[in-house]
Amino acid sequence: MNMGNALYLPTCLCDPPQFHNLQELRHSASLANKVFIQRDYSEGTTCRFQTKFPSELESRIEKTLFEDTVKTLNNYYAEAEKIGGQSYLEGCLACTTAYLIFLCMETRYEKVLKKIAKYIQEQNEKIYAPRGLLITDPIERGMRVIEISIYEDRSSSGSSSGSSSVSSSTAR
Amino acid sequence: MSAVMITRKVRKWEKLPGKNTFCCDGRVMMARQKGVFYLTMFLIIGTCSLFFAFECPYLAVHLSPAIPVFAALLFLFVMAMLLRTSFSDPGVLPRALPEEASFIEMEIEAANVNVPAGQRPPPRIRNVQINNQIVKLKYCYTCKIFRPPRASHCSICDNCVDRFDHHCPWVGNCVGKRNYRYFYLFTMSLSLLTIYIFTFDIVHVLLVCFFTLWSVVGLTGFHTYLISLNQTTNEDIKGSWSGKNRVQNPYSHKNIIKNCCEVLCGPTYPSVLDRRGLMLEDISPSVTPAAPSSSNPTPQTTKTTAPLIPNEHTPDDTHKSIAASAEESPSPREERSPVSKVPPLASPETDAETSLAKDKAH
Repeated sequence: MNMGNALYLPTCLCDPPQFHNLQELRHSASLANKVFIQRDYSEGTTCRFQTKFPSELESRIEKTLFEDTVKTLNNYYAEAEKIGGQSYLEGCLACTTAYLIFLCMETRYEKVLKKIAKYIQEQNEKIYAPRGLLITDPIERGMRVIEISIYEDRSSSGSSSGSSSVSSSTAR
Repeated sequence: MSAVMITRKVRKWEKLPGKNTFCCDGRVMMARQKGVFYLTMFLIIGTCSLFFAFECPYLAVHLSPAIPVFAALLFLFVMAMLLRTSFSDPGVLPRALPEEASFIEMEIEAANVNVPAGQRPPPRIRNVQINNQIVKLKYCYTCKIFRPPRASHCSICDNCVDRFDHHCPWVGNCVGKRNYRYFYLFTMSLSLLTIYIFTFDIVHVLLVCFFTLWSVVGLTGFHTYLISLNQTTNEDIKGSWSGKNRVQNPYSHKNIIKNCCEVLCGPTYPSVLDRRGLMLEDISPSVTPAAPSSSNPTPQTTKTTAPLIPNEHTPDDTHKSIAASAEESPSPREERSPVSKVPPLASPETDAETSLAKDKAH
């Protein structure tokens, strides 16, 4: 059920902007809207994001691509937070050195976070920026949400809004 | 808009809302009141110095030199754990940026659209199902987020903390997800150290050791119990999983060993605050200086000196109506959003720049 409210300003429906790379996105686009993918707590407090496809992205990207991205991110976080032999070893070793070993060694979680940052960068370059979207790494939002920014081509923004205040159609 | 934008690079910790104090350019993060923490340091260092000065020469000569050596190692471990607990980020959840806050507000308003006019809207609660148990997520009016499960808002530090256990004045910090294991190891190693000193030192500092012994050993026992059930002090005090109405702890693995392993040997969580990251601060005089963080008229509970301080009762416990005067009304926030004070944090392009700058700075 789509409930528009007074602030909703339609994005350009017929012709989504074509951006060829991130640089072009920054220089020739203006921010139109942001979508926040929330955490999925159904399996406890481990870091997982909902794979539900938001309605705001329907005209901009295919559902399968979006779901793939979120599922891969969820797998990365599951790998980082896995409780098993390796995490026990790391924990016990660190404890015997009074955790001083963390001054010189990177934890497993930090290693996976670097992989995630690289993956997001890659996804942005290959898939999202050409469609006028940009994913923000969840760590920059406290691991609470995946923020996806939706950009409009500045040259075509005469008809749609130039204001950057958030407006969104409510979810079904 | 103003023609000239003067910006300067600052570390992100300088702009963090909340009532923490930071040292060493953001490497150290503590609560504002540190008096009791200094007392803890004084008691531990004082007692151990007396032991090393007066007892150890005798023990080393007449029993074994290994005794003072082990005591010294144990003392160093205790201090390391205390400093780690006190100085690290307990798992603070950063506040929502304006766009995220208004996105959540829209969702809440949409959910409340079926309430007839004149009636109070229901409190801001989200239900999630975890392991066949319904858990209610509360909305934090200060941080403008729905708190994740097991998170709670600390009124002393004015932050939401993940897996909040309690605010401990003895260590001068909150105890949460990231530093709970250090806190536990601190209490346990301090118990061992006190027992050790007590065993070898019955005559000298008897009185100090005796009371410290029982309170610290008791505290260690209590936290061992909590860990074996995968509960937090906060949940224990509130009786969240006390068993009435067949409510059970959905986070427990139902196995003591597994629970202990998860809490003590689980993955080491990173801080999401990026305290030492660089950001651009707008210091141009023509832009209004109101930052979203500095105008929160959240009611503050008075400070207590009790050793255990449970989390505050959030405003939504006592004020059901959204239009209650105690909370900030949504209108100041809407007036602020066109001004858009925090674009350097919100826009991804600056995030990329700051992360590049952070990489260079590290």
